[in-house]
Amino acid sequence: MSRHPRPEARLATLAPRALRQSFVKLDPRSLSRNPVIFTTAVVAALTTVLALPALATDPSRGLTALHVSAWLWIAVLFANFAEALAEGRGRARADSLRASRSETPVKLLASAEAAPASATLVPSAGLRKGQILLVEAGDLIPADAEVIRGVASVDESAITGESAPVIRESGGDRSSVTGGTRIVSDSLVLRVTAEPGRSFLDRMIALVEGAERKKTPNEIALNILLAGLTLIFLIVVVTLEPFARFSGATIPVVFLAALFVTLIPTTIGGLLSAIGIAGMDRLVKANVIAKSGRAVEAAGDVDTLLLDKTGTITFGNRMADRFVPAEGVSLRELADRAMLASLADETPEGKSIVELARAQGATAVPEGLAVAFSAQTRLSGVDLGDVALRKGAVDAVLRHTGRVPDARVAAEVEAIARSGGTPLLVAEGSRILGAVHLKDVVKPGVRARFADLRRMGIRTVMITGDNPLTAAAIAAEAGVDDFLAEATPEMKLDYIRREQAQGRMVAMCGDGSNDAPALAQADVGVAMNSGTPAAKEAANLIDLDSDPTKLIEVVMVGKELLISRGALTTFSVANDVAKYFAILPAMFVAAYPGLQALNVTRLASPESAILSAVIFNALVIVALIPLALRGVGYAPASAAALLRRNLTIYGLGGLVVPFVGIKIIDMGLVALGLA
Amino acid sequence: MSEIWGLLLFLAALAGGGWLLGSGMARLYAGDGLPAGRRLLGRSARPQGWAAYAMAVLAFNAAGFLALYALLRLQGLLPLNPDGVAGMAPDLAFNTALSFVTNTNWQAYSGEAQLSYLAQMLGLTVQNFVSAGTGMAVGVAVIRGFTGPAGESLGNFWTDLSRSVLWVLLPLSVALALILILQGVPQTLLGAVRATTLEGAEQIIARGPAASQIAIKQLGTNGGGFFGVNSAHPFENPTILSDLVQCYAILVIPVAFCFLFGRMAGDGRQGRAIFAAMSVLFLAGLALILWQESAGNPLMALSGGNMEGKEMRFGPILSGLWAAATTAASNGSVNAMHDSFLPLSGLVMLVNMQVGEVIFGGVGSGLYGMLLYVVLAVFLAGLMVGRTPEYLGRRIEAREVVLAVLAFLSMPVGILAGGALSASIPAMAASVQEAGPHGLSEILYAYSSATGNNGSAFAGWNAATPWQTTALGLLMLFGRFAMIVPMLAIAGSLVRKTPAPATAGTFPTHGPLFVTLLVLTVAVFGALTFFPVLALGPLAEQAALAAGQSF
Repeated sequence: MSRHPRPEARLATLAPRALRQSFVKLDPRSLSRNPVIFTTAVVAALTTVLALPALATDPSRGLTALHVSAWLWIAVLFANFAEALAEGRGRARADSLRASRSETPVKLLASAEAAPASATLVPSAGLRKGQILLVEAGDLIPADAEVIRGVASVDESAITGESAPVIRESGGDRSSVTGGTRIVSDSLVLRVTAEPGRSFLDRMIALVEGAERKKTPNEIALNILLAGLTLIFLIVVVTLEPFARFSGATIPVVFLAALFVTLIPTTIGGLLSAIGIAGMDRLVKANVIAKSGRAVEAAGDVDTLLLDKTGTITFGNRMADRFVPAEGVSLRELADRAMLASLADETPEGKSIVELARAQGATAVPEGLAVAFSAQTRLSGVDLGDVALRKGAVDAVLRHTGRVPDARVAAEVEAIARSGGTPLLVAEGSRILGAVHLKDVVKPGVRARFADLRRMGIRTVMITGDNPLTAAAIAAEAGVDDFLAEATPEMKLDYIRREQAQGRMVAMCGDGSNDAPALAQADVGVAMNSGTPAAKEAANLIDLDSDPTKLIEVVMVGKELLISRGALTTFSVANDVAKYFAILPAMFVAAYPGLQALNVTRLASPESAILSAVIFNALVIVALIPLALRGVGYAPASAAALLRRNLTIYGLGGLVVPFVGIKIIDMGLVALGLA
Repeated sequence: MSEIWGLLLFLAALAGGGWLLGSGMARLYAGDGLPAGRRLLGRSARPQGWAAYAMAVLAFNAAGFLALYALLRLQGLLPLNPDGVAGMAPDLAFNTALSFVTNTNWQAYSGEAQLSYLAQMLGLTVQNFVSAGTGMAVGVAVIRGFTGPAGESLGNFWTDLSRSVLWVLLPLSVALALILILQGVPQTLLGAVRATTLEGAEQIIARGPAASQIAIKQLGTNGGGFFGVNSAHPFENPTILSDLVQCYAILVIPVAFCFLFGRMAGDGRQGRAIFAAMSVLFLAGLALILWQESAGNPLMALSGGNMEGKEMRFGPILSGLWAAATTAASNGSVNAMHDSFLPLSGLVMLVNMQVGEVIFGGVGSGLYGMLLYVVLAVFLAGLMVGRTPEYLGRRIEAREVVLAVLAFLSMPVGILAGGALSASIPAMAASVQEAGPHGLSEILYAYSSATGNNGSAFAGWNAATPWQTTALGLLMLFGRFAMIVPMLAIAGSLVRKTPAPATAGTFPTHGPLFVTLLVLTVAVFGALTFFPVLALGPLAEQAALAAGQSF
C-alpha cells in the first residue's frame, strides 16, 4: 500500500494570482464582509481625498499625508492578499479534484433488475438522484451512489490518494461509492444518491475554494468583538479632536486617521478569513470533508471521544502473542512446528504465527503437503509423510488427536480464554505440543496518544462488540478511560446522550447504517467514506481514507483553528500599547512639549513616528500571513500550559514587538531621508 | 514605615471582614438561616428570568426617581424643615434624584443649604439604602447567572432587594452610626445652632441627623454627604478613627462580593482570583497616590507632603487612602479636595473610575462590572487554549460577546462623548475654572464620576449649571442602566447553559495566570481607551509640572 499525496501548491506559484485578487477584492461589496478592513479602506479613501488638496497648499504636509494614506491602502491590500492566498491554495487543490470530474457518457438502466444490455447512454451531467446506472471495469463512477447489485474493486486514488483498490459491494457497510473514482474490475449496478452539484466532490471543491464558507460560531463572536473594538476606537479618536482643541492643540486629520487605523485590530481583522480558509484546507489535506465549518470548530471543543476498538485501538485481527509449550517440549520446537503448520495459512492469524515464530528464532522451510484451513475441521497444517502436523481451535485439535493436553497447557488454555484471548493448539500426530496465545494486539503508540488526549482533557471511550471481560483487558492495555462492551447502536446513542446531558461534547466515528442515529446525535460525527449512505448523511464530517484514527487529527485541526484566532487577536490588541506610545507624543508634543517623555523609544520626529506606526501596522499583516496559513502550532498539553505559552508569545510578544519594529522602521525612514 | 504597616493591617482586616461577610451573605441569598424575618419580606418569591428581573429593577428605580423628584421639589411645603429650606429648582432636582437613584450621589447642591431634614432622611437616606440594595440584588442575580443550575431563573428582585437592605445594609448601618456618634458625629432633629464668635459675629453651625445618613452613605458606596464639603467636614468625619472606620465601611461590602461569588460558584478559588485582581489594581493605584502625595509638590519644596486641600487631621496618607478607596469603590465621598491632588494622583482617580468602577467598585455593581471584564478576558484568552471559551463551564458565545461589547461601550460613550460635548459647547465649557490640562481633567473627572456612578467631584468646577445638571443626570442614568441591563442579559443567557465539568482542557480561571490576565484586560481595554485624553489632561499637567509650570 502506498500513498500518493497530492502535490502541495507552492505559495510562490500562487502569489501572482493572489496579488491580482487583492486588487479585485477592493470591491466594496467584497470588503464590507470584513468590518475592520472595510473601515480601514474607508479611512484610507478619506485621507487620500484630504491629502490631495493639501499637496497644493502645503507640499511637505501633503506629502506626509499622502504617504500615510498610501500605507493605509497597502494594509488593506495585504489583508486582501492574505485571503486571496488562502483561497488560492484551496483553489489549486480544487482544480486537481475537478480534473477527476470529467464529463462522460453513462449507462442508464430503467430499473435495478434490468438486463445490462438494455442500458442507454446518456451524458453524466443530466444525472438525477435515484437513477439507476451500470458501471463496468474501466468506467469512471459519475456520481455519489449506493451499490445495489454486484461486487467490484474500485480505485479511489483520485479522492483519497490511496492507490490500492478497495472492494465495494451491495448490502452491508461497504456499499457506497464516490463520484470521480474508477471501477477496475467486474461491474456494479448503482443508485445515484446525490443531486448534481451536491456530490462529495462538489462539496469538497466548494469547501476548499471558500465559496460556501459560512462563518463559524466562534468566528461570528470574534467578529462582533472586533467590530465593537473598532467602534470604541472610533469614539476615542473622534472625541479626541474636541479635547485637543480645548487644550489648544490642533491635530491634522491624517494623524487622527493614522491613530484610528493603527488602534483598530487590523492584524486579526485582515487575517481572520485566511485563518478559517487555511483551517478547512488543512482538513481537506487530511482527506476529511466537513459538511460545515461549525463541525470543525466543534471538534476542538470535544470532551469525549468514542472510538471503535477494531481498526482504531487494535489492528482488528487477532495475532499470535506467545507460545506455551507442553511438558517436555522446548519453546523452540513448538515455535518451529507451529510455523511449519502455518506456512500455508494465508489468514492474518496464520501469518502472525509465522511472524512470531520467526521473531523467536524458528527457521522452518516449507516441506510436506500443505493442508488448507477448512470450516469443517477448523484445522490447518501440513502432512509430513504420515505424520500430520496440525494447528487449530482447541476443541478441533482435541477431536483430531483424541488426547487431552497436559495439566500445564490445560491451565494456560483456560487462562488465555479468561483474559479475552483465543487459544490455539498445535499437534504433531496425536501428540499435543503446546498452545498459541492469539490476542487483539493494541496498535503501537495508541497508549501514548490516549495519554496525550487525557492531558488535553479529552476522555477516550472504547466501543466494542466484545464481552465485558475481553473489553476490560484491552481497555486496560490501551489506556482508554472507559469502554462500552457488547455495544449495540442503542447503547452508543444512550452513552452519547448521557455525556451530553452532563455538558460534554462528544465525537464519534462510524460506518454502518446502525451507527447513523449515534452519528447524528454526536456533536462531531465522522463517517467513513466506505460506509453506508445513511451513515454519511448523518455525520457532519466524512473521512475519505476511512481511517478511524482520523478523528484525533480532526480534533487537532479544530483546536489549531481556535488557537490561531485567539493568538492573533491577543497579539493585535497588545500591539495598541506601543502604537499609543508612538503616535500620542507625536500628536501632542506641539501643544505640550513635556509629553515628549511618552516617546519612550525616541522616534525621530512626529511625522516619522506616525508613518512608522502605520507602516508597521501594514507590514505586520504580511509578516503574519505564513502563521495564519500554517496555523499556530499545537502540541497536546493542558489548557493551563497552553495558555501560559501562548499568552507569553502572543501577549507579551504583542507588547514588545511593535516597540522594536516601529523603532527600526523609524530609523530606516530617517536613513532614507523619507521623514 | 509605620504607615505602611498600618495600611497592610487595614487591608488584611478588610479581606478578613469581607470573607466573613461574604460567607454570611451566601447563606442569606440562598435563603438559609433567616430567623424571624422569614415571614417579613425575606421569604422567597416567584423566580424571575433575566427580563422580568430587569423590568422589576427598572420599575422600582423609576418609581424611586419620581418619588424623590417630587419630594425635592415640594420640600419647602413639607414638615421637618426647621431651617425653612425652599423647594429645589427643576434641573437640580432632576440631577439630584437621578444621582441618588443610580447610587451615584453626585452633589450639585450643598446639603445643609438646599435640603430639608425630611428630604435628607426620607429622600436621600432611603435611596442610599435602596439604590445600594438594587446594586447588590443585581450583583447577586448576575452571580446566579454565572454559577447557578441550568435554567431560566436569576432569583427574585424583590426578595434579593429586601434581603440586602434588611439583613446587610440596615444592621451594619446601625452599628456604624453608633460608632460615628461615639466619635462625635451629630444625630439630631434640631435645627442649626447660632453662635456668636469672639469677634461678636454671628455664625450658623449646621447640624442634623448626620450619623445615620453617613453610615449608609459609606456602606452603600453612595457618598452623598450630609454637608456640602462631605467627609472633610468635622461633623461628618471628626477623627482618624472615624476616618478609618468609614474607609473600611466603603470597601467591605464590595470585597465581600468577591468572596460571595466564590461561595456561590462552589469554588472559593474563583472568588479569590477576582479579589486578587481587584487588589492588585487597587494597590497599584494607591501606591502611586501615596508616593505622589507624600513626596509633595515639587514646586513648593515643603516637607510633610502635598497638604493643599487636605485636612490637617488626616494628612497625605489618610487622604490618599480615602481618595483611592472612594474612586475605586464608586463612593462619591471626599475627605480632601481631589482637585488639589498632584496630577498623577488625579490620573489614578480618573482611571479608577474610567475602567467602570470595577476595582472593588460599588456594592454589587463592582462585581458585575468586573465580570464583564472576565467575559472579555475569557473570550480572548480562552480561544488560545483551543476550545470555545468558557467560564465556570459555561460557553461564552456570540450573544454574550454582543452584550459584553454593549455594556462595555457605556463607559467610552458616556465619558468621551459627554466630555467632548462639554469641552466644545461654550455654555458647558464655562463650568471649567482652571486653564489648560487641569481644566480638561476637571471635565474628565466630572464625566467619569457621573458615568461610573461614583459621585465624587474634583471641586473647582461648576456643576450647578442647567446644562451640566441635565447632561450629567442623563449620563448617570445611562452609566447605571446601560450596564445593568446587558449584564443581566448575559447572566440570563449563561444560566440557560449546562455547565460542562472542568477537565485538563478547561481554561483555568483561578491562580496567578488568570489574575494577571484579568488585570491586563482591565488595563488594556479599560484604561487604554482613555489613554489619549488622559495624555492631554493629567499626563500633560504632570509633564508641565516637571518643567516647573502649575495650573
